[in-house]
Amino acid sequence: MKRRSSFWLVVLCCGLACLVSCHGNQSALDSKGLQAARIERLWWLMFSIVVAVYLVVLGWFGTAVLRSRTRQSVQEIPPQVNVEADRRMTVVVAWAIGLTVVLLFVMLTASVRTGHAIANLSSKNPVTIDVIGHQWWWEVRYEATQADQTVVTANEIHVPVGQPVVIKTSSVDVIHSFWAPNLHGKRDLIPGYQNAVWLQADQPGTYRGQCAEFCGHQHAHMAFFVVAEPLEKFNAWLAQQVSTPAPPSDQVSKQGEQVFLSHTCVMCHTVRGNGSGGKLGPDLTHIASRMTIAAGTLPNNRGNLAGWILDSQSIKPGNKMPPNPLKPDDLNALLEYLETLK
Amino acid sequence: MTPTEQSAVASAPDIDRLANLERIWKDPSGFWGWFTHVNHRSIGKRYMVTAFAFFLAGGVLAALMRIQLSRPENHFLGPDLYNQIFTTHGSTMMFLFAVPMMFEALSVYLVPLMVGNRNICFPRLNAYSYYVYLAGGLLLYAGLFINTGPDAGWFAYVPLSGPDFTPGKRSDIWAQMITFTELSALAVAVEVIITTFKLRAPGMSLNRIPLFVWAQAIVAFMVIFAMPAVMLSSTMLLMDRTVNTHFFNPAEGGDAILYQHLFWFFGHPEVYIIFIPGTGIVSTIISTFSRRRIFGYTAILLSMVGTAFVGFGLWVHHMFATGLPQMGESFFTAASLMVVIASGTQVFCWLVTMWTGKVVLKTPMLFALAFFFVFVMGGLTGVLMASVPVDLQIHDTFFIVAHFHYVLIGGAVFPLFGALYYWMPKITGRMLSETAGKWHFWLFFIGFNMTFFPMHILGLRGMPRRVYTYSSSMHWASLNMLASAGAVFMTAAVLIFIANFFWHQKKGELAGNNPWGAATLEWATSSPPPVYNFAELPTVNGRDALWDALPNQPIVEGLDEDCRQVLVTRVMDADPDHRDEFPEATPIPFIAAIATSGFFISTIFTAKAFFPTIIVVGIVLLIWYWPRRQPSLRRKEREIWEH
Amino acid sequence: MSKRRHIVVLAALLLAGCAREQRNFREATPSNETGEGVQMSDIAPGHSAERKPNANPYEDSAYSVSQGKQLYEMYNCVGCHAHGGGGIGPPLLDAKWIYGSEPQNIYETIVEGRPNGMPSFRGKIPESQLWEIVAYVRAMSGQLPKDVSPGREDHMYAKRPEASTPKEHPPQTNVPPGQKEK
Repeated sequence: MKRRSSFWLVVLCCGLACLVSCHGNQSALDSKGLQAARIERLWWLMFSIVVAVYLVVLGWFGTAVLRSRTRQSVQEIPPQVNVEADRRMTVVVAWAIGLTVVLLFVMLTASVRTGHAIANLSSKNPVTIDVIGHQWWWEVRYEATQADQTVVTANEIHVPVGQPVVIKTSSVDVIHSFWAPNLHGKRDLIPGYQNAVWLQADQPGTYRGQCAEFCGHQHAHMAFFVVAEPLEKFNAWLAQQVSTPAPPSDQVSKQGEQVFLSHTCVMCHTVRGNGSGGKLGPDLTHIASRMTIAAGTLPNNRGNLAGWILDSQSIKPGNKMPPNPLKPDDLNALLEYLETLK
Repeated sequence: MTPTEQSAVASAPDIDRLANLERIWKDPSGFWGWFTHVNHRSIGKRYMVTAFAFFLAGGVLAALMRIQLSRPENHFLGPDLYNQIFTTHGSTMMFLFAVPMMFEALSVYLVPLMVGNRNICFPRLNAYSYYVYLAGGLLLYAGLFINTGPDAGWFAYVPLSGPDFTPGKRSDIWAQMITFTELSALAVAVEVIITTFKLRAPGMSLNRIPLFVWAQAIVAFMVIFAMPAVMLSSTMLLMDRTVNTHFFNPAEGGDAILYQHLFWFFGHPEVYIIFIPGTGIVSTIISTFSRRRIFGYTAILLSMVGTAFVGFGLWVHHMFATGLPQMGESFFTAASLMVVIASGTQVFCWLVTMWTGKVVLKTPMLFALAFFFVFVMGGLTGVLMASVPVDLQIHDTFFIVAHFHYVLIGGAVFPLFGALYYWMPKITGRMLSETAGKWHFWLFFIGFNMTFFPMHILGLRGMPRRVYTYSSSMHWASLNMLASAGAVFMTAAVLIFIANFFWHQKKGELAGNNPWGAATLEWATSSPPPVYNFAELPTVNGRDALWDALPNQPIVEGLDEDCRQVLVTRVMDADPDHRDEFPEATPIPFIAAIATSGFFISTIFTAKAFFPTIIVVGIVLLIWYWPRRQPSLRRKEREIWEH
Repeated sequence: MSKRRHIVVLAALLLAGCAREQRNFREATPSNETGEGVQMSDIAPGHSAERKPNANPYEDSAYSVSQGKQLYEMYNCVGCHAHGGGGIGPPLLDAKWIYGSEPQNIYETIVEGRPNGMPSFRGKIPESQLWEIVAYVRAMSGQLPKDVSPGREDHMYAKRPEASTPKEHPPQTNVPPGQKEK
């Protein structure tokens, strides 16, 4: 009795699992890219085989217990064996093992074929993006043949829809892992190595990813976004990112630029065009064009930016940005200036 | 008379003889005597209590983690403390609970009884291994309490755990704790192998050894091959941190991936080291409570051996995301799938045993049966992970956390609780309460599934591992809350077990020799066994010793009973080979463990301590192993002279 | 008596463990606004006035010293001082300190700048980071205990790590007369 109801409970749970997993940002079962779609197909094949096997094993188990169960005590039942029954059951076990081998082979074949397909995505002139892991943010570089055409940004990657893109990964400190589940599986960023992973987004949208290898205090707050957009929009974005922002025109923004240059900001950050060259933190040249700050931790708006600048340690304790007690006027001017950096 | 019946009936000369045996085999009691014990059951009980205490400590850490993760952006634990807690939880459960309990505690206590002898071989080494294990565990927790707990994960990947990114002594404490526990495991592995192959009761040929003993012997071989890899990787890490070597420094020719290979070469067999004793327990319990010999003894034995071998060829499946060549990774997919055949064979044999037997649903059997729900699900999610593309999505997410808790708790903890209910009557002489046992079982089963099943879904929905918090915008909150609620049930279950344990010592029904009508030799003696284990050393007529025993099954006679003499038999058929004398109680193992601990711990802090402390260890070992003629030979020589 | 001593020793060990492993992410930092200035000479007419030397609490924390090491590299101190061997700027590994080797001397050097090329970092480096760099600079000449000093870094091997560096003995200017030199 109890076994049968637990059986249905398991079925229900599996069903629920399917329902709740099917959609959501950062879900492996909500594929929006070619590679993730291949993986998801493999997943469903293996999942169905595995669930079927589980139900069969549970069924066999439940039936065995139910039919063999006795209320007698152990002392009342002398141990005995039916040799003939054992001989018959040997055949059953042999068939079960044989079926196991066949199913495993099916899954092995499917897995290797999917692996080949994933590894063979390539293209002649792909967009090449270098993703360099830092504790605890993502440096993103779009290399170009001319140095002044290189785009340097952070925590946000734009890709053209429908085209293969290659992400080259490395790290300056510890091992991180680049993982945007809607688009592909993960690839580690390992100091001393350069890995490459090919992706292709098939639908326009914004896909969240997160670091998937424990990397220290703020591993939990190291996210990024992949924005897939049509080719023209992508090219426009790239051109915008390459450009140097115009110098600030109004008084408050000019004051903000001075705050940036005369306070601690300039030690770590770069804004191309105003003379700063700090390489420790993310490049801020186009900070106002990004959706989030602090590696996906907070939406990029004025209030969050103010809080982050003043006391980042209360938002992301242990991260490398120190608190910066600025006077209210200075803070206001700085925010005005940063908002001009689109 | 069967050995069982014999021990029940003792005549007057027998009483004198038994009193003499007791005098010879008893270790001193009292506070100072405790440090001199070499009796395997005494050491085995210590292992069980200590490992269970670490289980509770690890559970408390897990409860703290679940509290922190129950709500998004929770401030119960900051990142630094959370990192120390999850690292210590993992290290405790893997190094201080799972292997010491499943392998060391159970084998030290049960294997000599099951093979029908008076003690485990190398009794002083056995005692030494316990003290070394205890010291390693205390080192880890002392570190945690003074803010020096390791915080780089239970596997401590470099470069995060290296000198640049974990300043201070945290990773050093972790690395040296590994050295302690692996030394202890290696010592017990050697003892288990020799005991299994050389100290068996006459008649117990290789194909009549109980499956539980085979499981432990197989695990012992695995320990000998696997542990050196982790001792190497942790020592290389320690050396990088303290004496400026460059094993893992890419800029000077080292390699961060080397660490992963070395660690996982140990790490994968480690989980089979934890799981195979569980299969030995399940084979034993299912056989007893289905009232028939186990179906497919040879198949199960070969499966365990196969798992052990193939288990050494799987380690790269922990590294699929590192960017290794695709063809190499496919090989490990194939091997990871292949090992399922072995586990599957065991499951089928157990199912047939139950199908063709008569199943009595007592508490030990309930825990063994939970294996089918829990371990099988864990094993099947493992099949999903064996595939490289799928693993690239679920690696390092809560899906993996769910998987390994299903296989470890299903494959080790559930059988362990079953083993404790099954063998506690033998250890203490009284039965644990069946009612409390059933409450314990159901609360633990429900709580476990409540906590870990939602984690499959969380992993698929993108929640990575080892995060101290998560954003409320990810919609992971309700499943996390459910998982944390399940922890409450599990805690209640374990508390019921502890209460049951204390209750049964006073109020439990007296067990008698063989309350479960079981087949293996430990049930042939009283509960608890006397210090000399068996009044009459038994012989064996079949695979299930007590069920296959003849009405006039012979006993072993002719050993000297004025010293600790044991019978050593041959490997294949357990024919009597020669007699050997085991050492008496001595404090030397404890002193050697103190010296070893001094050596290990002081070298964490300064390399200058290396030579002085190792010389001390050398001196103590010299004293220990200084050749002495065995006391019985000396006694005989004395008698010759006197005559 | 001996039981109490054991407790005291144990407590001291525990506290010592605590201090080395401290990871303070937000805290008030010691600033040098004592109003007393920094004594640069150890001679004075008559008797010197009593003064307490400022200690740098970050010198007890291995994490802070390691942060200081990262900041030393990232704020480009290596540009002039290399990894302590000096170049454009004077070496920091030795016992020769033009402006004093005490923590507050080094703090002043970084904040105020010095003649002949040491820039002033006032307002550019936050207080807590300044003191972490100060702690690291002192570690470079072996002034800090070995278990607090950093080990080898994951870079090319430029010099012996600070934990293996023998302790230099610079002259001390800010210790009141009669007190033992550290």
